[in-house]
Parts: sequence; C-alpha cells; structure tokens
Amino acid sequence: MRYGYYPGCSLTHSAAPYDLSAQAVAAAFGMQLEEIDDWNCCGATEYITINKTAAYALVGRNLALAEAQGGLDQLVAPCSACYLNLRKVDHNMAAYPQMAERTNAALAAGGLHYDPGSLRIRHLLDVIVDDVGMEALAAKVTRPLHGLRLAPYYGCLVVRPPLNGDGPNTEYPTHLDRLLTKLGAEVVDYPLKTHCCGGHMTQISSDTAYELIRRLLQCADQYKADAIVTVCPMCQLNLDAYQSQVNRRFGTEFRLPVLYFTQMIGLALGLDPKALGLGREIVSAEPALAKIGVAAPEPEPAAPRRKRAETGLPMPHRRGED
Amino acid sequence: MSRPISGNAFLEEIVADTPGGESLVTCLQCGTCGGSCPSGADMDHTPRQLFAMIQAGMRDEVLHSNAPWYCVACYYCMARCPKDIPVTDLMYTLKRMAVREKLYDDRDAPDWSQSFIGFVEAYGRSFEFGLATRYHLTHQPLKKVGVGPLALEMLVKDRMSLRPDRIRGLDQLRKILDKAKSLEVV
Repeated sequence: MRYGYYPGCSLTHSAAPYDLSAQAVAAAFGMQLEEIDDWNCCGATEYITINKTAAYALVGRNLALAEAQGGLDQLVAPCSACYLNLRKVDHNMAAYPQMAERTNAALAAGGLHYDPGSLRIRHLLDVIVDDVGMEALAAKVTRPLHGLRLAPYYGCLVVRPPLNGDGPNTEYPTHLDRLLTKLGAEVVDYPLKTHCCGGHMTQISSDTAYELIRRLLQCADQYKADAIVTVCPMCQLNLDAYQSQVNRRFGTEFRLPVLYFTQMIGLALGLDPKALGLGREIVSAEPALAKIGVAAPEPEPAAPRRKRAETGLPMPHRRGED
Repeated sequence: MSRPISGNAFLEEIVADTPGGESLVTCLQCGTCGGSCPSGADMDHTPRQLFAMIQAGMRDEVLHSNAPWYCVACYYCMARCPKDIPVTDLMYTLKRMAVREKLYDDRDAPDWSQSFIGFVEAYGRSFEFGLATRYHLTHQPLKKVGVGPLALEMLVKDRMSLRPDRIRGLDQLRKILDKAKSLEVV
C-alpha cells in the first residue's frame, strides 16, 4: 500500500510524537508513506480569512506537487485541519470549474497544475480503519491495552463537513471507538466526542477556548477515562498544553493525558514507547501507561549547545563553558 | 420558489464569493446553526440573524458583527443545516469582506490571521515561536503571562523550534501567491 504523505507543519514540531508514531505504525503494517517533496503549509483557518484565491493556490501547490510526484492516487494527512483544507480545495475545484480555473491560473505562475479529483484525500484514521482493517490490527496486538479506559476524541474536521455525503457519521462516529476496543482498551462513552477543542481561539480569545476545553476534559473525567485519545494535532495541543491554564481558570484539577491514536496502536503492537514519542506530552501519561505495565520514557535532555566556530568572532566566555 | 436576489448588492457580493453561497436565500430562520454553535453565546448576532440581516441589506451592521470572528470552524452548523447552507464558508466570506474594508471592531483575530500568513509567505511553513513573539507580545501581553511557562515546556519537550523551517520552492510559492492575489475578485 503506497500513499502520498502530507505531514503538515504541526507534525514537524508541536506534534512530532504524532509523526513518529504514525510512521512507526505504518511501517508495522507495510504501508508506504511517501512524503510530498517540499510541501508547504495548508493555510490552516487563517489564509481563507484573508484571501480566498491565495488560500486555494496555497493548498493547490501541495496537491499539484503530490500529483506530479508520480504514481500516487491517494494523499494521506494525519492532521484534521490539513485534511479538511486539502479535501475541500480538491472538492471545490471539481464542483466549481471557475475555482479550478482560477487556482490553476495561479499555479501556472509557478509552473504547476492540478487536475481536481486525481487524488483521493484521506485522513490517517480512515486509512488505518478501512485499509489496514480491524482484523489485521487485532491480529498484531501483542500488548493489549487491558484495564486502560480511553475517551475517543474525534474533534471536528475528521467527520465534518460532509462534502459528498459518503463520510462517517458527522455527530457520533464509532470507528475510533471500535479501533481502540480491538487494541484491548476499555472505551468509555464520550458524548462530546465530536465537539470543538476551540481551534485557534486559545490564541485569540482564551475565554471562549478554555470553556470548550473544560467541557471536553470534564466529560472525559466524569466517565473516569485514564486518557483522551485524539486524531488531530490541534486538539492534542489545546487539551494537553492548555490543561493547566484551564485548571487555573476554573479551579479544577484535571490530569488527563492526551495521546494520539497512533501512539495507542503502537503501544498495543509492543513498540518502544520512546519511538512513539511518548514522554513528550505536557500532562504526563505515566499513571495511564503504568496500567498496561509500560514505563513512561524520560524526556530527552535538551540538545547540546552548538559549538562556536573556531573562526568566529571572539565572544565572552560563559562560566562553566569549555 | 427561490426569491430573486437582484437588487441586493451586498447579498450578491457574498454569494459570488462563497462556493454554494446561493443557498443563503433559502434560509428558513430555524436557528439550528446558532443552537449548534460552540461559541454562539459570545456572538452579538447568531448566523441565523446575520442571514436575515444580509437579506435585509444591512451591510454595515453585518460586517461589524463579531460573529464570524468567534466562528471556530467546527462545521456543526453546516452539517446540521436543513437547507445545506455553507454557514462556515459564509463566515469566512464575511471575514474577508470585513478585512478588506477594515470594518472589524476588534483587531485581535484579523491580526492573528495576518501574522500567521505572514510567516507562511516568508517561509512556506507556519512558525509557532515567531507567532508567539510577534503576535502575543503586541496583543494583550499581560493576559498571556501565564502561558509563558507553557512555551518553555514546549521547548524542553522539543515540541517548538526557535528557528523557522523554510521550503526550497519559496520563489515558486511567492509567484503563485502573487498571481493568486491578482486574481482575487474583490
């Protein structure tokens, strides 16, 4: 199984554990993820706020590069926001010829072209559920996640908007639930499973964002989940990194680790937790991992300071250096 | 059944700039959009109200509304709308119009978008540390003091880079974006 792979900006840094675990799981199932060479940002929710044609062209460059890479008919995005942007531009270019014409006129300035419909845009969750399949997944489980209570959190953009009417249930999907059950975990009911994490509102209006995050944490907490499992780097960042802020704002004491579904699969396959990027979450997953007999890896020590070039300008010495 | 939309330049402008936007005139005023909206409580007008105001030609009031800026783009309204009106896309269209005409009342959200795409245009990739410094130090920095330790922890956990990533095809990307901007129908 060969796929074009569009990691997106988050997976290069803030969601590096998602990239690591996605690659590890793909390798375990013989999926070839072929990164699109020199891909650019998808524009998130920001470019379309300022300029529609430029927003389409920005995404269009990625689609054109993927098409030009040759032999790829599917493009996989692990980030739900990237997935939506790629899918929407492809869909709207096909549905509205004028948008295709305009987008391609812009791409032509860079010597590129994209034929809408030539790539099938897919989210990594859908690829693993539909192509790898539940049975193949279950067959490879060597470290079942017995005793671990997980809240399956889909977020918005892996299930909405319905562009062709053939997607998963837009309000109460169950494919991630079933996947986690196959891994041996106890999946709790999670009524807010497709509610919004606040998206970019953590940056613009924390009053709005923190309340949405609080609801999601409280719901998982009430169902006594040991961890929230996510399929999106934005959801992970908001629920993990801003959890302490939410606790401070509302006087709550949530300690819910937020992990990627690929990390859960990797754990169940018996892969090394460190190779899955575990230990890099802000809210420690240690108590949750202990329930399945896995020790949380120590965080890497910060990278050593770069040596000054011998020929560089003389700089004052810091005490204890050299 | 559909009413003619001519005679309302504001409505026509919105429809022309929104894929599938022509269905706006079929709005039933049922309020499902606002009722489904996670940030509806923060909005001065819910989407339902905005759509009625658009049909009434209330250009200034609509473009000054804070509603599009509180939209979190969760697409619940769009998935639930009985008339398949692309509510979220209409919010984006209203934002673009407000940005072009500088009609927003609070500059935080539009500035955030501008800062974000500034880095994308400069490097081809988003740049979180750059955003944190360029945007947050100039927009209510005192409210963000508590977030400081968080940024530090992201650095310690190797989840944030101090340097931007650059794509190789920056020239190509800029040519494409420049051309696209010249083609944007305003």
